[in-house]
Amino acid sequence: MNKIEVRGLSKSYKERRKKRRSPGDCGYRHGCPVLQDLDFRIEEGSFTCFIGPSGCGKSTLFRIMAGFEKPTTGEVLVDGVPISGPSTRHIFVFQEDGLFPWMTAMENVALGAGRFSDPVEREREIRDFLDMVGLKGFENHYPHELSGGMRRRAEVARALIANPEILLMDEPFGALDFITRLQMREEMVNVHQMFDSTILFITHDIDEALQLGDRIIMLSGRPSSVKADIPLPFPHPRDLAIGEMASLRKEIYFHIGIHAAL
Amino acid sequence: MALKGLHLHPLISFGLAILAWEAAIRCLDVPAYRFPGPLAVAEAMKELALSGRLFASITASLFRVTWGFYLATCAAIPLGLVMGIYGPARAFLNPLVQFLRPISPLAWIPVALMWLGIGDRSAIFLIFLSSFFPLLVFTMSAVLSIKVTYIRVGLNFGVTGLKRYTKILLPAILPDIITGLRITLGTAWLVIVAAEMIAVKSGIGYLIIDGRNSMRMDYVVAGMIVIGIIGLALDWTISRLEMLPSVRWVRKRR
Ligand SMILES: Nc1ncnc2c1ncn2[C@@H]1O[C@H](COP(=O)(O)OP(=O)(O)OP(=O)(O)O)[C@@H](O)[C@H]1O
Ligand SMILES: [Mg+2]
Repeated sequence: MNKIEVRGLSKSYKERRKKRRSPGDCGYRHGCPVLQDLDFRIEEGSFTCFIGPSGCGKSTLFRIMAGFEKPTTGEVLVDGVPISGPSTRHIFVFQEDGLFPWMTAMENVALGAGRFSDPVEREREIRDFLDMVGLKGFENHYPHELSGGMRRRAEVARALIANPEILLMDEPFGALDFITRLQMREEMVNVHQMFDSTILFITHDIDEALQLGDRIIMLSGRPSSVKADIPLPFPHPRDLAIGEMASLRKEIYFHIGIHAAL
Repeated sequence: MALKGLHLHPLISFGLAILAWEAAIRCLDVPAYRFPGPLAVAEAMKELALSGRLFASITASLFRVTWGFYLATCAAIPLGLVMGIYGPARAFLNPLVQFLRPISPLAWIPVALMWLGIGDRSAIFLIFLSSFFPLLVFTMSAVLSIKVTYIRVGLNFGVTGLKRYTKILLPAILPDIITGLRITLGTAWLVIVAAEMIAVKSGIGYLIIDGRNSMRMDYVVAGMIVIGIIGLALDWTISRLEMLPSVRWVRKRR
């Protein structure tokens, strides 16, 4: 069943300048087109990875799907209904730090726990979720007292406890070190198996996309459109070094112009 | 060790400054009526303290600064919030504020004297003016510079109504507000001395101008030192606020 339907979606940033800032200035005279005629459907409960060159409009696409911004033309339907604005039904995990620095880990996660009306139950759920992401003992720490990886995990816990129908993750692990990223990747596979949320996930890391996704949507450079749509019907855990995964991996690297995949 | 160094360094620098002062007075053979040495000033300080005049001057000045600053805070922060949040209010009032802001509070002294006469009310009014505009601008720009991510997170998690202000807006701007208070209180303390030289007949500013008129340079310098000490104490008091756990994040992030 289709959860999300993106139809003829285009976005240009309106800023028009009379003066050219540089020879190929994007905002000169016309608005700067970022997304052009995107069309795709996302199946309920699936895990879709988005890859594409930097600045191609991935975050813009996600901001529109989360309801923070309006498209220039086209529409995004969730369960057949156009998105009207931000909602706890689709939670965004931001590319940059999205925890409130003035709240402890627990208070931050409590933001997502509004659906529990009984305070005792709510507190127990919050503790369970913090525990699940390995933050037991850090409930009362402020974000600046946590490591980068712990902050990301707290943010994921805050998103998951809201039990969103859609989870939009914009390069959530981009700023982490390699080992931590691998650990977070594993946790995301578990999350996908444990929760029913439809997950949309931006990454620059092709291996990450191959490890996590049920499907990869590859966007072209700005103005961006869907360049390739690759299903990944492989069971977890996945080994990228052998079999079909390995050849698919080579193919994708080839697609983006890197001919000697490592 | 770090703590020790923290306490030792200012002691050394102050000690050296006093020694240099004494040495300069002796070497250049400056007469006490032109500029007194540290011992003469200490003597004057003791005299002022024993006569009760020092204490009375300090309380008079602090009384005015406290009231002026307090009233300015009560008026500027709410208005700054409104101007930060509500675009039309900003479009309407900001030009006026920016026009009035660069007019030194000292330029208002004649107006204050005309309206309010010599006395506390004039001085408090001048302190109010000196604090009101900077605090207003600090508050407004703090609201305008809140990270858009925080606003989006709030919308995303359905933080609405009054909670938007108590859980997001106010905590997000609190560190900026405290910095604003700190800087503004420093300015207020600068202005009170000048105001007291003209608009009233008590307080530390008056102590200094009166010392000059009666050729007591030792009183003048003693007054200056008291101003410095109290300025430090005020700044230290407000800087404690920056250590609150829900405010400390700003420093840590850099
Ligand atoms: N508010 C804005 N006003 C004007 N142009 C914008 C605005 N936001 C984004 N853009 C432009 O839109 C394009 C896409 O930005 P976006 O942040 O979506 O890229 P991205 O694909 O997420 O890149 P990255 O992978 O580096 O995060 C960029 O060229 C950027 O200059
Ligand atoms: Mg991005």
